[in-house]
Amino acid sequence: MHLHDFWFLLIAVLWTGYFFLEGFDFGIGVLTKALAKDRTERRVLINTIGPVWDANEVWLITAAGATFAAFPDWYATLFSGFYLPLLAVLVCLIVRGVAFEYRHKRSGERWQRNWEHAIFWCSLIPAFLWGVAFANIVRGVPIGPDKNFNGGLADLLSPYALLGGLLTLVLFTFHGAVFAALKTVGDIRYRARAFAARSGVVAGVLTVAFLAWTQAEAGNGRSLPALAVAVAALAGALVMNQRGREGWAFALSGLTVVAAFAMLFLALFPDVMPSSSNAEWSLTVTNAASSPYTLKIMTWIAGFMTPVVLAYQAWTYWVFRQRIGTRHIPAAH
Amino acid sequence: MNLALAPETLARWQFGITTVYHFLFVPLTISLAAITAGLETAWVRTGKEKYFHATKFWGKLFLINIAMGVVTGIVQEFQFGMNWSDYSRFVGDVFGAPLAMEALLAFFFESTFIGLWIFGWDKLPKKIHCACIWIVSLGTVLSSYFILAANSWMQHPTGYTVDKATGKAQLTDIWAVLTQNTTLVVVFHTLTAAFLTGAAFIVGISSLHLWRAKRKQLRGEELDEKQRRQLPAMLASLRVGLVVAVIAGLGTAISGDSLGKVMFEQQPMKMAAAEALWETQAPAPFSVFAVGDVGKGHNSVEIEIPGLLSFLAHNNFTESVPGINDIAAKEAAQYGGKPDDYIPSIFMTFWGFRLMIGFGMTSFVAGAIGLWTTRRKFWLAPEHRRGEDEIPRLMLTKSREMGPFLTKWSWRIGILTMGFPLIANSFGWIFTEMGRQPWAVYGLMKTGDAVSPGVSQGEVLTSLGVFTALYAVLAVVEVRLLAKYAKAGPDTDEKPPAKDPRLRLPSGGSGEDRPAEDADKPLTFAY
Repeated sequence: MHLHDFWFLLIAVLWTGYFFLEGFDFGIGVLTKALAKDRTERRVLINTIGPVWDANEVWLITAAGATFAAFPDWYATLFSGFYLPLLAVLVCLIVRGVAFEYRHKRSGERWQRNWEHAIFWCSLIPAFLWGVAFANIVRGVPIGPDKNFNGGLADLLSPYALLGGLLTLVLFTFHGAVFAALKTVGDIRYRARAFAARSGVVAGVLTVAFLAWTQAEAGNGRSLPALAVAVAALAGALVMNQRGREGWAFALSGLTVVAAFAMLFLALFPDVMPSSSNAEWSLTVTNAASSPYTLKIMTWIAGFMTPVVLAYQAWTYWVFRQRIGTRHIPAAH
Repeated sequence: MNLALAPETLARWQFGITTVYHFLFVPLTISLAAITAGLETAWVRTGKEKYFHATKFWGKLFLINIAMGVVTGIVQEFQFGMNWSDYSRFVGDVFGAPLAMEALLAFFFESTFIGLWIFGWDKLPKKIHCACIWIVSLGTVLSSYFILAANSWMQHPTGYTVDKATGKAQLTDIWAVLTQNTTLVVVFHTLTAAFLTGAAFIVGISSLHLWRAKRKQLRGEELDEKQRRQLPAMLASLRVGLVVAVIAGLGTAISGDSLGKVMFEQQPMKMAAAEALWETQAPAPFSVFAVGDVGKGHNSVEIEIPGLLSFLAHNNFTESVPGINDIAAKEAAQYGGKPDDYIPSIFMTFWGFRLMIGFGMTSFVAGAIGLWTTRRKFWLAPEHRRGEDEIPRLMLTKSREMGPFLTKWSWRIGILTMGFPLIANSFGWIFTEMGRQPWAVYGLMKTGDAVSPGVSQGEVLTSLGVFTALYAVLAVVEVRLLAKYAKAGPDTDEKPPAKDPRLRLPSGGSGEDRPAEDADKPLTFAY
């Protein structure tokens, strides 16, 4: 395996890990309006991800940083090409982060309500836009011989891309509902289960539709099994959710996210950003990669640090393993 | 060409605004993390409640601040690709590595352990809880190190070659990038300045509370119960702040001097611009005040200290220091174009340099005076010595106190000083980045060649407008929130956890095994 192939794999892992983790964070954000009945329930949901959302988001920073280091051209074309959608994602991530930290710091009704709107919209919009972005990456966008994106915003909003956005939004919401059922007690836990059952069916339809379309447009022999795993895992998650096996349901909804993104990356490889104008202008793992020296250094760092990071992040989830319900929420201060 | 609308101009404005804004929060985050960690350690070791209250109080302000630092940091990483894609393509092989290391080594530490610290008060044993904030602190320091290594490479590229086939910079020696003297000195300078910033912040807010209480006493009124109980924590904080301000201020001055010497060697233009030194001179004077005329290439008004600049550059009072005109001519001959193309904004560099030093050193001096005058026992006549919970009287000598006028102004300056390092930091970065112009990477890539060719003016204008508006709104929200919590002072009703929480091993059972009263207990902290 070439180093640049290995780094393609690693970046795929980082993005997939990001969507596995922040996927349910975004889902929880959407559920604060879709599921919670009152402010206390909203706080229950927010506090299920309270100690962990920030570290989950660092997976994005790491994925982007690793792309910059390992495939500078991929990073440059992607970030300058998808300018306005990424601007919207940035604004949402800024407002959402501040909203989590500041919402409870004043007791005024308007203050709290505004931050709650912010948490909902700023979870929903990135959950949608990431799907749009990855659909475009996989299917290809207009890229010229100078490796620059030379399309416009309209090129990024094709029906296929919009379907991709809808899929990630609904899939993350489902993943979030399964997470909420796993992490809460009381009434909200059972409503989260019921919500997961309903949203899971929609997510299933969208998963099949979008992944099959992807397979038809850009798929190959490697991506097909991942597609099958994604669909099977989603079906399994629904069954486990129905049976009240919340841990299994969460593992399988997570596997759905992982398999769906694995399928996209498998369909993408060995390109990193195909050009829809001319296949010769596509960015590939070879023509977009950094030098072997840089990749080697980064391999050492990633090889040592990734297990450490995974270990202490997993430990955090263990420390905060206790379910929470409305009775655990202290009075507003 | 309409210069005001060149894409490079807009992208530079955006970088300037978002970076200076981001760096308002960064130094406070770095220093408050470490100082909060120190205070929590003091609590864990001594068990004194004043340290617990101080930890909680500064911790709260630290969290309000770090939230902004984290979210504005994401923009920093994204905008290299968004606005500066040609730069990213050219430097990615070198510059991307420290950025990725920063994420992997530093950001995960910060974000994971801050979550544990915020929510873990009743879940983690005291010592482990305290270790969490130390790890956050380590994360902030590592983060500054990696990002400054990346910036130092732009100031003074090293450990690379330019690949002949692709024309791009290629890393050849990561160790050189991570340990070149520019990096080490800049890290030292930035960290000391960060600690001066946090120290001044603590001195300012502690002074606010103490002076408020003091004025009440001077008016002959009794302190209320809450104020009396807040005093020990505020007094301890004031002294901690003053000590850190003096040490960090001294460190900032020393490291600043070293950095200046490195820059005289590596970027003579930046330092000549900092001094508005148009002609090469031996010995070279230090300019206290100057009004320059860029078009004519000289200053119309000038006040100088003879020989001082030679000393700052070379440690002796006679050696020659090259001037702007000579360096510009040399760079033009080397890289092509007109000499004028190689002269940065003299106004911004000259005044940025002075504002940086002026505001930074004011806080240092204020800290030193404060440390001396608020002493409790050292070199004081016995009748002037004071206990741990008395508001200090400002003692000039063994038995001489400051008069009412000086006392009032000393406290007021103590309060005001919290803003000074923030101004100094901002101008320090404006100076160092504008002083490098026209280069994005010194000697290798000009800023004009670094922008994204595919991004339209409308797009950059949109994002510039969106970020500026959003940041302005958030600034108002943040400052008002900080003011609310700073004015309220420590919550002395809050008690430390009664029993030290224990970590249960996985074999010890899951959450369901906990005693019933534990399982239903409300969280001590919740969003």
